[in-house]
Amino acid sequence: MSKPATIFIDGRKIDAFEGEKLLWVALRNGIYIPNLCAIRGKEHPSGSCRLCYVQVEGCSEPVTSCTLSVTDSLSVQTRSPQVDRLVKSAFELLLSHHRLGCRDCAKRKSCELLKIAKERGLKMKLTRLALLDQEAEVDDSAETFVFDRSRCVLCGRCVWICREVIKVGALGFSRRGIKRVVTTFQDVSLAQSGCIECGLCVEACPSGALYFKEGKKPAAAGQCSCRGG
Amino acid sequence: MPSIHVKRGVFLPLLEGEEELIRKSVSGVLQEYEAAQENLIPILLQVQEMLGYLPGPAMEQIAAALKIPAVDVYGLATFYNQFRLHPPGKHQLKVCMGTACYMVGGRIALECFERRLGIKEGETTPGREFSLERVACVGCCTMAPVVVVDEQVEGKVTPTRVDGILLSFEKPAAPGAEAAGQKGEDAS
Ligand code: SF4
Ligand code: SF4
Ligand code: FES
Ligand code: FES
Repeated sequence: MSKPATIFIDGRKIDAFEGEKLLWVALRNGIYIPNLCAIRGKEHPSGSCRLCYVQVEGCSEPVTSCTLSVTDSLSVQTRSPQVDRLVKSAFELLLSHHRLGCRDCAKRKSCELLKIAKERGLKMKLTRLALLDQEAEVDDSAETFVFDRSRCVLCGRCVWICREVIKVGALGFSRRGIKRVVTTFQDVSLAQSGCIECGLCVEACPSGALYFKEGKKPAAAGQCSCRGG
Repeated sequence: MPSIHVKRGVFLPLLEGEEELIRKSVSGVLQEYEAAQENLIPILLQVQEMLGYLPGPAMEQIAAALKIPAVDVYGLATFYNQFRLHPPGKHQLKVCMGTACYMVGGRIALECFERRLGIKEGETTPGREFSLERVACVGCCTMAPVVVVDEQVEGKVTPTRVDGILLSFEKPAAPGAEAAGQKGEDAS
């Protein structure tokens, strides 16, 4: 059991444990910090979405809270002009390869991009960047759900669930840089991939990339543990 | 508008007897290494050296031995340019994308080949006749844009030249046939 620590988030005194990642402490205490790629229980956070910045007292640059280990009397601010700028840019980068069209998106009620935008007053449109026109196929081969890559934000939650929780390992990342995608072995369709259609990846997906087909949402939802507490 | 094309991988069928060869080669390589994830790259490199590329069954066999999902092996093989996922063709076309070549139309040459052969860079035509790759500077920038055809360096590769290069393979390769093929059309 690790040592207790007392920390301050936006001036609020909070009890935590040393070594915990700040993001989870904040979320647990009802303080929202935007995040997409953080996965509870994942030993090495990928730190790839760059949305979870906070300003640490005594540090000149903001740091990502999903990788920041708590130490006693740590003091952070969730907002600062620097943090806001970084988050704004990271968010626009995400949108630049995300096919918008919230009106017809199956996830519009639970979409975390919309949540982040609302929370931080960010625009759901591109102002400085051009849209990457992705020629992505929609995979509707699975019986219960659809994978629309053009809305994938590469958070990796589905990959982690499929591998670490369900132990199927149908999904993974492939290629790199601008071509990075979530895919299956040799890009086969989900139906051919060994996927057992447990649906947990669909529940874990923060965007409209994975969604259940009409009327196919399983009744017993919410066993997914990646977001935890 | 910038665009990226990440199309579904199209993989050629194996040749007769190839599966057996793959299994044997991979088993051989696997015996030399401890079945640990950190050996994945050396294993893949060695398998590729033996087979010329990384066929699907090889990646699956390796994944099973290392007890990791096959998609992880695929992810790694697609991450590094070093790895080939398609068999080398009988004729290998390497289009230079070094700075000099890129600036004077290397991209155009590559696209011409892609269109003419009906494949994308990194792929191989169905009969395994041609494989198409991009390479970095091959050291003869003055001849840019450069294409290495098998071991032969071709300079100033304009779209007409692309046609010429491909035409030269249509007849039983006689030296000088390319030039003839290229001019033949206007002459007739
Ligand atoms: S439905 Fe389950 S098995 Fe299929 S890809 Fe998603 S997590 Fe993996
Ligand atoms: S499909 Fe969804 S869960 Fe998977 S990486 Fe993309 S956005 Fe994340
Ligand atoms: S949640 Fe921290 S970088 Fe994505
Ligand atoms: S850049 Fe093509 S040969 Fe140097």
